[in-house]
Amino acid sequence: MTTLAERRPPGVTDLLARRVSGRRRTVDILARLGMALSVLVALVPLVAVLAYTISRGARTISLQFLTHSMRGVGPLDSNGGAYHAIIGTLEQVAIASLLAVPLGLLVAVYVVEYGRGPLRTAVRFLVDVMTGIPSIVAGLFIFAFWVLGLHRGFSGLAAGLALAVLMLPVVVRSSEEMLKLVPDSLREASYALGVPRWRTVLSVVLPTASAGITTGVMLAVARVTGETAPLLLTAFGFDAIRTSPLHGPQSGLPLFVFSQASSAFDVAVRRAWAGALTLIVVVMLLTVAARVVTGRSRLRVG
Amino acid sequence: MAKRIEASGVTAWYGSHRAVDDVSLVIEPKQVTALIGPSGCGKSTFIRILNRMHEVVPHARMAGKVLLDGDDIYGDGVSPADVRRTIGMVFQRPNPFPTMSVRDNVAAGLRLNGVRKASEVDDAVERSLRLAGLWDEVSSRLRRPGASLSGGQQQRLCIARAIAVEPEVLLMDEPCSALDPVSTLTIEDLITDLKNDYTIVIVTHNMQQAARVSDVTAFFNIAGAGEPGRLVEAGPTAKIFTNPDDERTEAYITGRFG
Repeated sequence: MTTLAERRPPGVTDLLARRVSGRRRTVDILARLGMALSVLVALVPLVAVLAYTISRGARTISLQFLTHSMRGVGPLDSNGGAYHAIIGTLEQVAIASLLAVPLGLLVAVYVVEYGRGPLRTAVRFLVDVMTGIPSIVAGLFIFAFWVLGLHRGFSGLAAGLALAVLMLPVVVRSSEEMLKLVPDSLREASYALGVPRWRTVLSVVLPTASAGITTGVMLAVARVTGETAPLLLTAFGFDAIRTSPLHGPQSGLPLFVFSQASSAFDVAVRRAWAGALTLIVVVMLLTVAARVVTGRSRLRVG
Repeated sequence: MAKRIEASGVTAWYGSHRAVDDVSLVIEPKQVTALIGPSGCGKSTFIRILNRMHEVVPHARMAGKVLLDGDDIYGDGVSPADVRRTIGMVFQRPNPFPTMSVRDNVAAGLRLNGVRKASEVDDAVERSLRLAGLWDEVSSRLRRPGASLSGGQQQRLCIARAIAVEPEVLLMDEPCSALDPVSTLTIEDLITDLKNDYTIVIVTHNMQQAARVSDVTAFFNIAGAGEPGRLVEAGPTAKIFTNPDDERTEAYITGRFG
């Protein structure tokens, strides 16, 4: 059998090869350029938002800002801070997470590991519907049901409930996807060792999916931390420090940013930027903390 | 250790599709029984029925009887988990638990079944790894992830994991099909060693392998696509490979299969 190279004069093959590879190289370069451009375009808003917030917020943020509330601060005073709002946000998000994460995980485990037939379909459909709930509607729901209906009044707890409503479907959806990624061969390996199903889920399936589940949960936390609309109807906002989330209106960072930014005075707008920066940093710290915790627990097992 | 399995009239379905039809086979203790046959002939389904792994698949059903030393493993009140602890299984692809270390993988069966004493677990880990011929290779890295081992080592790790719970029977569903020839040979030697203590059933597509490791060979076949798999004949490996009773067996063994 003769090969292509043997049948052609060497020069022709050479030329052909160069022409083909020349075209390929051009296409390659164009594709690379296209991708690099897309990355740049995608990064522009991200970097711009971050950089602008940092540059505006860094001027005002200070230890004083982080450790003082807005109590007794006049409209033209440049002092005052977001301490009360930081406390509020941390408490509200903690309440939301404590409710939504375990519940969401249980729903995801049910849907992936146990669910059969129409009940499973119904649960999945409801989760889909919940994903589409606008955040103000979640706020209105808690406002009507909890704040007014049960006469509980505005509180950090009410805000936590509203945020939990928003968080739940996100946690279910992302955990569900992660649990589905765990190969069936691992479940079978566990069953074949005589390990019961519940134990297999707890000790094999969940640890295997833990990194992905954490990422999903953190995305849900991050999303919910910045929610403003539901807080207006549930936490309401408050100038002073209120450590108990159980009774009375409470502030939160998004509410703080909202109220300061809607003020006509420059000092307040500066505080809004500092608050926005604080909000970003809080979300970032939470994400890093979650990474460290899962990283450590994986190390312990592995 | 090592018990006798008596399967009679075993029929299996996936939904409405009948995958295995009326298979009766006696598997003797301390012997290696090889199940051979073309793809889709029901060997894997049959072996999974022997430790109640078949019922894990959605819509899978079975009929017939499987006795382990006379006890019905599908009897009333018999839990599948207990059956699987007594009849261990090794799968086609090595499937160590990715979040666990080498040691924890071997200890998984004990730990997840409630054995807590560290010394007991450590002893079992070393004993199983030695029996699986893996101890010398991994004793210095027991804390490394199980997935960091090579494919052949991972499969021996899975064998060690299966024997750590001290089963009576070891089922192997094409344990070497994802491995290179050298690793395959190591596993075959291991099977020959394990025969002293266990009843072993191995599904294989590799006829040389069946000839090398097994004492008894059972040939499964299907009449055509969509038809259920049936047991054609079973007997001493030497006889099946040299002088089978059924001409279909001979056709398959000699490669004249159609």
